[in-house]
Amino acid sequence: MTGGQPRGGPAATAISDEGDRLDVRDLEVRIGEHGPDVVSEISFAVPAGEVLGLVGESGSGKTTVALALLGHARRGLRIRGGHVFLDGVDLLRLGPAELRAARGAKVAYVPQDPSAALNPAMRVGEQLREAVQVHPGAVDDARGRVLEVMREARLDAAPQMLRRYPHQLSGGQQQRVSLAMAFCCRPALIVLDEPTTGLDVTTQRHVLETVRALCRSYGVAAVYVSHDLAVVGGLVSEVAVMYAGRIVEIGPTAKVFGEPLHPYTRGLLAAVPSPLRAEVLTGIEGQPPRPGRRGTGCSFAPRCSFAVSECRARPPAPVLADSREVRCIRLAEIASTHAARPAVGGGPAPTGPATALSVRGVTAGYGRTPVLSAIELDVPPESCVAVVGESGSGKTTLARCIVGLHSNWSGEITFDGAPLARGARDRPKETLRRVQYIFQNPYTSLNPRKTVGQIVSWPLEQFLGLPFRERSERAVQVLEDVGLGGDFAGRYPDQLSGGERQRVAIARALAAEPDLLVCDEVTSALDVSVQAVIVEELRRLQRERHLAMIFITHNLALVRCIAQSAVVLRDGVVVESGPVERVLEHPENPYTIRLMADVPKLAVPGPESGDPAASPAES
Amino acid sequence: MATTTVPAGPAVSRRDAHPILDLVSRRVVIGVVTLLVVSIVVFVATQILPGNAAYAILGRSANPARLHATERQLHLNRGELEQYWLWLSGLLTGKLGSSLANGQPVWALVKPRLINSAVLVFVTGAIGALVGVALGAVAALRKDSWFDHVTSVAALAVTSLPEFVVAIGLIILLSTVVWHVLPAVSLLPPGTYAWSQPKLLILPVLTLVIVIVPYIFRMMRAAMIEALESDYVEMARLKGAPERRIVLRHALPNAIAPTIQVIGLNFLYLAGGVVVVEYVFAFPGIGQELVSAVANRDIPVIQFIVVVLAAFYVFMNILTDVIALLATPRRRLAR
Amino acid sequence: MAVAEPSAPVAAPARARQVGRHPWLSVLWTAARTPRGAVGLTLAGLVLLIAVVGPSAAAKSPDALLMQPYAKPSGQFLLGGDFLGRDVLSRVLNGGLELLIMAVAATAIGVAVGAAAGISAAYLRGRPDGLIMRTVDVILAFPQLVFALLLVSVLGPKLWLIVLAVGLSHAPAVARVIRSATLDISERDYVKVAELQGMRPATVMGREILPNLISPLMVEAGLRLTYSIVIMAGLSFLGFGQQPPAANWGLMINENRAGLPLNPWAVIVPAALIALLTIGTNTFTDAVARVTIGVERRPEEAALLDELTPRGAR
Repeated sequence: MTGGQPRGGPAATAISDEGDRLDVRDLEVRIGEHGPDVVSEISFAVPAGEVLGLVGESGSGKTTVALALLGHARRGLRIRGGHVFLDGVDLLRLGPAELRAARGAKVAYVPQDPSAALNPAMRVGEQLREAVQVHPGAVDDARGRVLEVMREARLDAAPQMLRRYPHQLSGGQQQRVSLAMAFCCRPALIVLDEPTTGLDVTTQRHVLETVRALCRSYGVAAVYVSHDLAVVGGLVSEVAVMYAGRIVEIGPTAKVFGEPLHPYTRGLLAAVPSPLRAEVLTGIEGQPPRPGRRGTGCSFAPRCSFAVSECRARPPAPVLADSREVRCIRLAEIASTHAARPAVGGGPAPTGPATALSVRGVTAGYGRTPVLSAIELDVPPESCVAVVGESGSGKTTLARCIVGLHSNWSGEITFDGAPLARGARDRPKETLRRVQYIFQNPYTSLNPRKTVGQIVSWPLEQFLGLPFRERSERAVQVLEDVGLGGDFAGRYPDQLSGGERQRVAIARALAAEPDLLVCDEVTSALDVSVQAVIVEELRRLQRERHLAMIFITHNLALVRCIAQSAVVLRDGVVVESGPVERVLEHPENPYTIRLMADVPKLAVPGPESGDPAASPAES
Repeated sequence: MATTTVPAGPAVSRRDAHPILDLVSRRVVIGVVTLLVVSIVVFVATQILPGNAAYAILGRSANPARLHATERQLHLNRGELEQYWLWLSGLLTGKLGSSLANGQPVWALVKPRLINSAVLVFVTGAIGALVGVALGAVAALRKDSWFDHVTSVAALAVTSLPEFVVAIGLIILLSTVVWHVLPAVSLLPPGTYAWSQPKLLILPVLTLVIVIVPYIFRMMRAAMIEALESDYVEMARLKGAPERRIVLRHALPNAIAPTIQVIGLNFLYLAGGVVVVEYVFAFPGIGQELVSAVANRDIPVIQFIVVVLAAFYVFMNILTDVIALLATPRRRLAR
Repeated sequence: MAVAEPSAPVAAPARARQVGRHPWLSVLWTAARTPRGAVGLTLAGLVLLIAVVGPSAAAKSPDALLMQPYAKPSGQFLLGGDFLGRDVLSRVLNGGLELLIMAVAATAIGVAVGAAAGISAAYLRGRPDGLIMRTVDVILAFPQLVFALLLVSVLGPKLWLIVLAVGLSHAPAVARVIRSATLDISERDYVKVAELQGMRPATVMGREILPNLISPLMVEAGLRLTYSIVIMAGLSFLGFGQQPPAANWGLMINENRAGLPLNPWAVIVPAALIALLTIGTNTFTDAVARVTIGVERRPEEAALLDELTPRGAR
């Protein structure tokens, strides 16, 4: 297998052929009439009954492409070129009235956030009927069709449901309503924009199954946009990976995810954690370039370990290799290496007292509503305990009780042998110093009116009582320790990216020289590649500084990569706990078993996987 | 799995099951308490504070006989609490006393003026609301057009102006200096009502409408723009809904709710705004009466008018909140 | 680990860059450079100049009877005479200072009292909060003008009383806005961080919360100043401000109304000055509000922010 012939012009043969329902060619969207392009040279095709996955991180332009498939561009953006052929008709060349007729009837959209996409002042039934009524003639019996499609989407097709307002439905139900609306008029193409974000794992699995079933039975083509590779991997037959507005790799899912060729795809896959293996995550340092700053050559070159000077000279054209198209000129060299993912070694044997933190019989609530019941938890020193649960399980409340942000709890929490007071205000400063907390949202945990230096120095002053000169030096040291340079000290938070902000939050916590670090979903707001970087930073820092750590998350896969033991919470109760391998591989509690079954897993070859793929080049 | 953990809130209590009833009853209770406190404040300010109120009222025209008469009328010789109770009970049963300036019973004096002011307020409110909503909607639909820019700038300028400046401006323009089409004063023969001579109503109404329209306009425009740029309107477009349906059925209903609040606030404002405008045009309403009562230190009249205004305030507040609640299903219905 | 690449600046809404150690200065400076801000500042500044410098610049006495009542403008008396025959120009030059001082004083009182009440109510919560807010509700049950009239009615048009009355009538509205802003900020994570670092409540207030309250405070102060000027002018117009024979713009408008057909300038000029002043302050306040709320976001940025903001930040 070698890099194939360089190709210019629109992709045609290997990927698309005559039977495709959707055929996108050279789609280009720009900012304003003459601004820089947001996405360009987008070409792919989808046959009837198949689903194409469109994956990418923030800034990749995937939502822009999704909307362009309906001939729609958000405010300030313009579709400047290309074709979107749906059953032979170019949607981008239709007049306004014809385009409006096509939307909903021929091509439908399922939005990411159904709670925002449903009109809060209109009943659900009316919004469903609207999907049919605005296309007179598309369907014979509007009322009957609505009920039928609700049943197919596994919604309760009762009049009471139709009379409800969106806020009276759960997240899962709202998403099913969106799905039902999309399939109402039996369109030829469905575009789904991250429709399972915000849903819990089990609901997500049901929704994905529904999507798969509906697509198959209706013979529609579908495009599934997502940032979650595991979800996409289990659903789609073909996948396109986007970076900085271009498709960098496109081909069958098994190939692209199994033996990725483009450096970015490789980097992305190396960052995705798996619940089945404990391995080192490799993130991608840096950030994707924004429109207008993408430079002359390959947009990924600045972050790419394979880049050579020619990569920066001109953007690479798609190259056919191993039944997919890849935008890279270094394929030959890349294919001969393969990304191995070293396994994580066991943690160091803990020294010192048997437990750093122990929680006994903690019950907590808000007002009169109970949230936690009789929680028991042990954190050995220098070890990481993951607390896993879904939304509403009480895991954040537990973290806040431990730290003292939430004082309405009973029971006992012992730290280093001594019991902790309920609220942070009642704890001695030394205790506050030794237990540090990192918030989930890096955009709200830093005071926008303070510089990074001020933010990191304050604990040095408050807890360690260092004089000014020493504080500045130590602050720079801590910043470097988390991977930020000393020149970050003068910047303000709104000049930093999400990953950088989270590192500042970690630096702030570490500056106090704690013994226990409580991390509350600290990577949930970050892209996968950034998440990997942060998680690895945390693991390294935990080792180097001999910290005990509590890692709160809903992401089972992450648990495997960072923790030695795991505690599973459900509705405020511990349902299972133990060493992480045992809990994830041989769960005993039915809830944990179901969770592990429902979690989408990416079939990525493990460390012992074999040689570079040797399939012959396509014709 | 879900992303954020939201701490479970309190379970839906009985109060959330009937939000409208709950809101009204709570507000009425607070309203009554507020009015009570207002009445105390008014009373204290006018009868207790000045020491010898009778002397303060009569000023230079005080002589022993008149002092005595005033004192008796206002019960100033009794204890303070008793004075308050006498006044309050009188207020609630309709025994409002007589004007110190001309001896007329307060109710007979104030009633026609109350009606005239009411006409002024409600006519203005209705016209202002309609014009403001219409202009705001159009400006939002034609966002960034010349129409939008001109109206927005004009709105900003007009909201800054004191109402008497607007009144004077209109007088200069339409009455005395530039054109002479409308009367500069709205002197009605005593005892007649405002609707008998509509031409006299035009300038005062026009002034007040000009003053309140910009507020309603800005809110409607902002709310409409927010609705038009919302995710659900985008979704409706992606479903293929025609623009007309989107504006009328999706955007407008969602834009109305916050605008109603502003319309209500403007009715409230009018309660005070009529004072100056009636004075400028010599319009026989309670605003003008209040001004002359203050100039004459006519305590019983002042007390009554202020309490009436406060009661109007409280009532309009409750009404506005209820209507806004009705227009927002999310707050109206529990999960 | 390798040092991260220097990040591209995040597409932030038009925001004031911190200038030195005074964030409020930078907000004002940024606002002044926007079109609205420049216009507002110019208008208000012009009238301010006239009001402040006027008294010293008036060539003739504002009280002397120098001509026929309502005399038309002439070369010697550029704006003609008022209803008594006094020089309108001199009266105009003298008529703004007191009005302005009273308005500024009332605003200062209102904002100070209101902000203190609002911040305390928000941070203390519980009973003190309830008490303060109920008081606010009561005072808000009065139209501001009526409240001032009420106090004037018996105690007479004493200027300090008017300033106090108008100032106090501002306080509730300010308290409401500041309370809600403080509540908002108190819930932010970085304030919780401060609590976890063992900061005492007073320190948290001063170090973490107050600096973030500057923006809403400035906007409220600007709005209140505009209303103060409007109310003060209105009270003067009704005869409850400065008493004759003082030169006061509001008073002048009322005094010379009857003579509009004869010499309109005696009414037009003071009215125009009041109008320009209020339009100026309101426009500038609007500019400041836009800078702090970031309303002036270019459309492209809005579209981009959707694409480029990671999920949790939305």
